[in-house]
Amino acid sequence: MEQQGGDSSSTLEVRDVTIRFEGLTAIDQVNETVSPGEILGLIGPNGAGKTTLVNTMTGFQEPTVGDVLLDGASVRKVNAHKLRRMGVSRTFQAGRLFREMSVVENVEVAGVGMGLRRTAAHKEAMNLLDWIGLSDRANVLAGALPYTDERRVGIARALIQSPKFMLLDEPAAGMSDLECDDLMKLVQRVRDEFGCGIVLIEHNMRVVMGVCERIHVLDSGRTIARGTPGEVQKNPAVIEAYLGKG
Amino acid sequence: MAFALQVLMNALSLGSLYALAALGIGLLFGVLKLINFAHGDFITVGAYALIVPSAATQATLMIGDFHPLILIPCIVVVVVILALIAEFLVFRPLRNASPATLMIGSFALGFVIQNILIMIYGGRPKAVGIWSDLSLGVELMPGVEVPKLQLIIIGVTLVLMVVLVLFLTRTKYGIHMRAAAEDFRMARMLGIEANRVIMLAVAISGMLAAAVSMLFVVQTGILDFRMGVSLMLFAFIATVIGGMGSLVGAVVGGFAVGAVSILLQTFLPSEMRVFRDVFVFAIVIFILLVRPQGLVMSRASRERV
Repeated sequence: MEQQGGDSSSTLEVRDVTIRFEGLTAIDQVNETVSPGEILGLIGPNGAGKTTLVNTMTGFQEPTVGDVLLDGASVRKVNAHKLRRMGVSRTFQAGRLFREMSVVENVEVAGVGMGLRRTAAHKEAMNLLDWIGLSDRANVLAGALPYTDERRVGIARALIQSPKFMLLDEPAAGMSDLECDDLMKLVQRVRDEFGCGIVLIEHNMRVVMGVCERIHVLDSGRTIARGTPGEVQKNPAVIEAYLGKG
Repeated sequence: MAFALQVLMNALSLGSLYALAALGIGLLFGVLKLINFAHGDFITVGAYALIVPSAATQATLMIGDFHPLILIPCIVVVVVILALIAEFLVFRPLRNASPATLMIGSFALGFVIQNILIMIYGGRPKAVGIWSDLSLGVELMPGVEVPKLQLIIIGVTLVLMVVLVLFLTRTKYGIHMRAAAEDFRMARMLGIEANRVIMLAVAISGMLAAAVSMLFVVQTGILDFRMGVSLMLFAFIATVIGGMGSLVGAVVGGFAVGAVSILLQTFLPSEMRVFRDVFVFAIVIFILLVRPQGLVMSRASRERV
């Protein structure tokens, strides 16, 4: 598969973003920039605001304060599927596949939703399934897949039309160590072969530490640490957030 | 043998009508989560559109006098426009209401349609003779004669079902519709335009209603402002026992209800035949007791193991 997204001048940025829901602050003045070809881990305890931040970066949630920028231009008012056409893609927790449609149709429908014709969408969907190693299950109903394959179909769906950025929401949840290894390889292949900038929300520390170059740690909506896996692991604020005081 | 074939044809043709009506209901339920109780009244309007609007007891054909190639599209257009008006005036304003509210809205719409029909055409049933030569018999094999109309009903139903399946599986809008029927929010996230998909489903449901209008009125030869209501009741039962949300289930349910009705009609002692529907409903209750999820379980509702 040819590399398309790897435009080095491209960036996806959140700038001083604050998000409040009826007085409750879910995200508090967070800054981050993702570039193509890098894998950024987004971690934090439950309720830290990780999914909210990803929702903001993908057009599902408008920030209360601050801005979201794609290649330097504000996209805070751009809705999710327009942003998807502009190259910002995501997966959802637990896959969210159409269970009564076949595997290939699940990928295809994302292409059709982006304005492709059925035949073009089908062709690209088959190529992606082939790339991800699921072409033999193309005509199986998505509801019959084991959840590891479900996640892979979700990733294939997010890869149609080669996005520049891909945000993965807990892709390893519930996976065994062996399955996690496969997932980590897949995430690296997405980066290497599509040139995507990847944001990975994940609780599984083995996956996060194994695949991310940079990690952003949120706690109660605030950034408490940023850095390489090694730096973050030694950061006292991170240890405290995860293990509690003393 | 001849007798069995005759009963089979009766069952298939009645089942076809129920299946077509049930498909119209099932399609809207899939996309909108709306049980459209006005569907039967859409069917009635399609039938009334054949005649000149007047309260006279004797019906004069209007559209019904046209050549079939013009008549059929005209009736389809009338019913589709009615369905779209219903979408704009009733269903769309209630889009975020609960399914129960939507259902009651559709009931109200049905009563409004019935009363408008009474105002325009009067409340008494009218006889219409349209394509009456279709009720002539065709000899299927020596000794077995069935009305031509039964073959047409079964044929039209098969063709419409095949077309609907091809539309849903092969076309861009078909895949949109299936995605929207299964997970509306996710479909919107993927860039599928919700209102367009819903309008399309409403229009197709209207087309199916129009097909039932024409087949039904040719069969009975009578116009009545409640003619669609009983059809709707049986079609609704068909979707319920077939499994709400499954189009295959709607078809299976339609044929099942048709078959049971005809079998009871044929084999009940003559003094009990007036109570035929009591037995039909008793069987429905029994089916729901044994399989509350319907005969064909919608795969999405199946528990994951």
